[in-house]
Amino acid sequence: MASPLKCDLCSKPATVHLTQIVDNKVHKVDLCEACAQAKGVTDPSGFSLADLLHKASLNPEPAGGMRCEQCGFTQGDFKKQGRFGCPQCYEAFRAILDPMLENMHKGTVHAGKVPQKALARKSLHDRLTALETNLDEAIKSERYEDAARYRDEIHQVKQVAEEPGKAAP
Amino acid sequence: MISSLLATPSELTDTASSKCAIVLMTRIRLARNLAGQSFPGWARAAQRLAVLETCRAAVAATTPMKRAANVTVEELSDLNKQMLVERHLISRELSGSAAGSGVVINKDQTLSVMINEEDHLRIQVLRAGFQLKKSWAAINELDGELEDRLDYAFSPTLGYLTACPTNLGTGMRASAMMHLPALVISNHMEKVVRAVNQLGMVVRGLFGEGSDASGSIFQISNQTTLGESEEAILRCLGNVLQTIIEHEMNARARLLETDAGKLFDKIGRAYGILQNSHLLSSGEAMNLLSLLRLGIDLGVFPDDTRAVIDRLFIETQPGHIRHSAPHDLDAAARDLLRAERLRTEFAAFSRPNFILSGRN
Ligand SMILES: [Zn+2]
Ligand SMILES: [Zn+2]
Repeated sequence: MASPLKCDLCSKPATVHLTQIVDNKVHKVDLCEACAQAKGVTDPSGFSLADLLHKASLNPEPAGGMRCEQCGFTQGDFKKQGRFGCPQCYEAFRAILDPMLENMHKGTVHAGKVPQKALARKSLHDRLTALETNLDEAIKSERYEDAARYRDEIHQVKQVAEEPGKAAP
Repeated sequence: MISSLLATPSELTDTASSKCAIVLMTRIRLARNLAGQSFPGWARAAQRLAVLETCRAAVAATTPMKRAANVTVEELSDLNKQMLVERHLISRELSGSAAGSGVVINKDQTLSVMINEEDHLRIQVLRAGFQLKKSWAAINELDGELEDRLDYAFSPTLGYLTACPTNLGTGMRASAMMHLPALVISNHMEKVVRAVNQLGMVVRGLFGEGSDASGSIFQISNQTTLGESEEAILRCLGNVLQTIIEHEMNARARLLETDAGKLFDKIGRAYGILQNSHLLSSGEAMNLLSLLRLGIDLGVFPDDTRAVIDRLFIETQPGHIRHSAPHDLDAAARDLLRAERLRTEFAAFSRPNFILSGRN
């Protein structure tokens, strides 16, 4: 070939060429040996064209300023790895996430299984934490009637939590 | 613990379960993570270890994982790791991972949970044959039990939060391992791949992306995970698999009509080589075994020999061959031993009968 294709990620000569069709859109990616290896094109579970495409379209890109407060992951890290640092990153990187998900998936809103029990447990836990804060404040400011009420509520919530299957949402 | 597990046949090598002509096995995998914890690729070593301990204990406490093998990757020898990859029980990524990873595998090797692979948990069910519904029921149950014990990272709008956004939502990857020799022989596989891609499904070789399709075995799986329910994804995949089965059956019928002599010649030669050769690479062995499996489907060999072939598909992989020798072997020595093992197996194998009573 007169002008060999360049790698979409680093612009060395590309030796790996991939085509996939998702929802009638043809996606083509050309990669050099090193990038193909690095992106797990030889790895059964890690490789995803959609993921690669996104990075290819971002490259080159002005320095992204987003950062996850929970784990310290930056937009630059995401560009390099194509994976996030922690679950909280999905909030931190929401702005770049939405357009990416549209290209990647059939929809952008979850329509599958929901971990009901885990969610119920979390909401109970959150309620307990809030009540305990209220209780502390009531005691500090000597509002003993309020404090007694909070204590009763905490007792009730704890009882619900201990009865399996009765966890209120 | 692992050596006794590897000494017992896997779900895939179990003789009772190889009844399906075209779908060798069904596999479903769920990606799950713990709320508030960095994903394995970003977590510090101490965090990884803490997550590993939490997850191992939680998995071991579930009903389906009672008396399961529960090991860290560091406890596994390279050979054991390779054999587990060959049995599809762990990924190559896990086998190459740093400290703080592990795997729990149940006794019949139908369920495995990888810990600290790309996600905190990769739950997998694996069944011989075309078993999407049963596989989903089994993995849904295990996932449900784990949910009682672990706080999953979950968003009501984005679903299960995964390290890579391509797994977001259901976190589910369902796949079938299909034996498609007639589509390969008649050069129709490329067309099938394109059509399957158009439907949002992915086609890979036996050991995933980049692996060749030796033995005419392909893995077909869903590409997307967000925006549809698990049932919808499985229904769609099931329909695609059914269509591929029909195409393979049609291709077989066409080969028999137009070129039966050529097809029988391939099968007959494969039989001869398996009985008499002294050097066989794993790729060549896979291709020969694949032709014999096609012969069984066509009635050239008795139906109950299919299980032998499916067992040999696994037992002739490099790791399994090395394991059967008393000491370490280089590739050439492995090819010698592989051919020897196959000669022994096929010395007692039924002779081919090319007069077909009924075509199926
Ligand atoms: Zn490159
Ligand atoms: Zn984060």
